Amino acid sequence: MTEVHIRSIAKSFGPVPVLHDITTQFAPGSFTSLLGPSGSGKTTLLRIVAGFVTPDRGAVTIGTRDVTAVPVWGRNIGMMFQSYALFPHMSVARNIAFGLERRGIRGAEARALVDQALEMVRLTGFGARSPKELSGGQQQRVALARALVIKPSVLLLDEPLSALDRRLRQDMQVELLRIQRETGLTTIFVTHDQEEALTLSDRIAILDRGRIVQSGKPAEIYERPQTRFAAEFLGDSNFLTGTVEQGGVRLADGTLVQSAHPLPAPGAKATLAIRPEKLQVSTTAPNRLTARIVTVIYAGPVLSYLLETLDGTRLKLFQANRDGTILAQGATITLGWSPEHAIPVAE
Amino acid sequence: MRLGHIFLGAVLVFLYTPILVLMAMGFNASPLYQLPFQFSTRWYGDLMGNEGLLTAGFNSIVLGVITALVATTLGTLAALALNRHSFRGRSLLQLLLLPPIAIPWLITGTAMLIFFFWTGIGRGMHALVIGHVALAVPYVVLVVGTGLKTIRTDLEEAAMSLGSTPVHAFFAVTLPLLFPSILGAALFAFAVSLDQFVVSYFLSSPGYVTLPVQIYSAIRKGFTPEINAISTLLLLGSMSVILIFARFARPQSPGASK
Ligand SMILES: Nc1ncnc2c1ncn2[C@@H]1O[C@H](COP(=O)(O)OP(=O)(O)OP(=O)(O)O)[C@@H](O)[C@H]1O
Ligand SMILES: [Mg+2]
Repeated sequence: MTEVHIRSIAKSFGPVPVLHDITTQFAPGSFTSLLGPSGSGKTTLLRIVAGFVTPDRGAVTIGTRDVTAVPVWGRNIGMMFQSYALFPHMSVARNIAFGLERRGIRGAEARALVDQALEMVRLTGFGARSPKELSGGQQQRVALARALVIKPSVLLLDEPLSALDRRLRQDMQVELLRIQRETGLTTIFVTHDQEEALTLSDRIAILDRGRIVQSGKPAEIYERPQTRFAAEFLGDSNFLTGTVEQGGVRLADGTLVQSAHPLPAPGAKATLAIRPEKLQVSTTAPNRLTARIVTVIYAGPVLSYLLETLDGTRLKLFQANRDGTILAQGATITLGWSPEHAIPVAE
Repeated sequence: MRLGHIFLGAVLVFLYTPILVLMAMGFNASPLYQLPFQFSTRWYGDLMGNEGLLTAGFNSIVLGVITALVATTLGTLAALALNRHSFRGRSLLQLLLLPPIAIPWLITGTAMLIFFFWTGIGRGMHALVIGHVALAVPYVVLVVGTGLKTIRTDLEEAAMSLGSTPVHAFFAVTLPLLFPSILGAALFAFAVSLDQFVVSYFLSSPGYVTLPVQIYSAIRKGFTPEINAISTLLLLGSMSVILIFARFARPQSPGASK
């Protein structure tokens, strides 16, 4: 179990700054997801930890060792690529033994370790095959075995599951998590799939335009997003803007929305984020808004409604499909929510 | 599908019939392609006594091998530099490599002759080596470059993440995957050299002549089926080399692991 530290990392490609002053820490044995939109710098940050990209400023520490000046091949990392990157001219076993060979482990000892790695990814007996003779999911497991067998200090994964179909991806998520727990490897996982980030991680770091805008436990970020971006990127959100007044936020239409959370000073502009599933049809809740149903989306277990208030504010409502009743399009309903669920966020 | 087969068949017939006729006539007793066919190895016997043709054939093969080795090495390095590294003037260099393929050999040959004369390089074997290598390198860059494009760079990165230095990653991963392309490029370079007449004609010296040049001057004096004989030998030689290499290269296919 190794800790990874990143201190004041900055990187530009030519004149374009890609990462600005990133400082963060990956706890020993933790599973962290780097989550962010395309181009936010996730891959660049991961490749800086791996050693493929040299940062312009800042330092990377793996364990107690400052590796900023150490090239990739001296860092003892395990890396998984989106394209699997298995060596097509080598058998599965030779693929897995590649890193062992580089460490001077050969012969019977290497064979035993390869078998052990194959067993860990549930591919016992596949050693003699060529990567071409494996399915996408199996290739992915071989890539994982190859990365694990060298007992790396840290496991780095760049969207390793994005090429798999949905079912296979879910299976691999479970597998990955099991193996990560078994090995206790500090893991950094790049994804732009929020669901994947939520289900897999101990910690999520949200990147936006080269900055970590928020990091924390999945539930923490989901329940208490600090910025509009975080609220929008991780999950869905409704936003209500107004002016702080009498311990609440006064909207343009005069409604005073209560929040159980600390608000900016009275008179200041404020934005409240409310998760669509925290809204309910209610005429008694402390916070209420009347809105008309514009669109009904039936998605099986969940019903989504797109609504519009009188002054044109768009809202989303998610309801569990508990008894099969569907609210009618065009109906006007009153939505209610608790002050607990009105989260002030920075713009 | 059927139509495709017919076309392919027609192409093969047009390509191979003249060659087969040539081979057969090397074994025909008549010096004037007269039928009926009468088997004879007379022309092969004569060939063994024809110092000029034999030496020229030997020269052509040696020149072809040297050209293949030098051009493949230089061209492969150039292809690697052009595809895997960025440096100033890269796109210009890449652009400049292609026109020589399209420039008529007569023009290239004349230009080389003038240039070699002017710089004192002169004519002879060394001039032929330089000329042939220069002609073959663009083909090698093209063939190897195309092969290189099918090898994903993340394979080398994967090797490095497992502890390979870039040099080791190249030899353990990229080179084996590139091997069929390099082999193909070498054969190409060999063929360019072996086929070359115009440039060779200009650059050969009286003491060092290649087979096409020798055949040309022999034909001018009068055709003899010895030429069929040496052509047959040469053809069989280079075809078996190609077939052997093709067999060698088959089990390795370049490309991503998917
Ligand atoms: N080698 C490079 N040269 C120039 N620009 C680069 C290079 N690598 C990345 N960039 C730029 O840096 C920015 C961040 O790229 P990065 O690949 O880190 O994004 P990402 O968050 O991984 O995106 P995605 O989700 O699409 O993979 C992008 O604008 C990209 O164009
Ligand atoms: Mg990326």
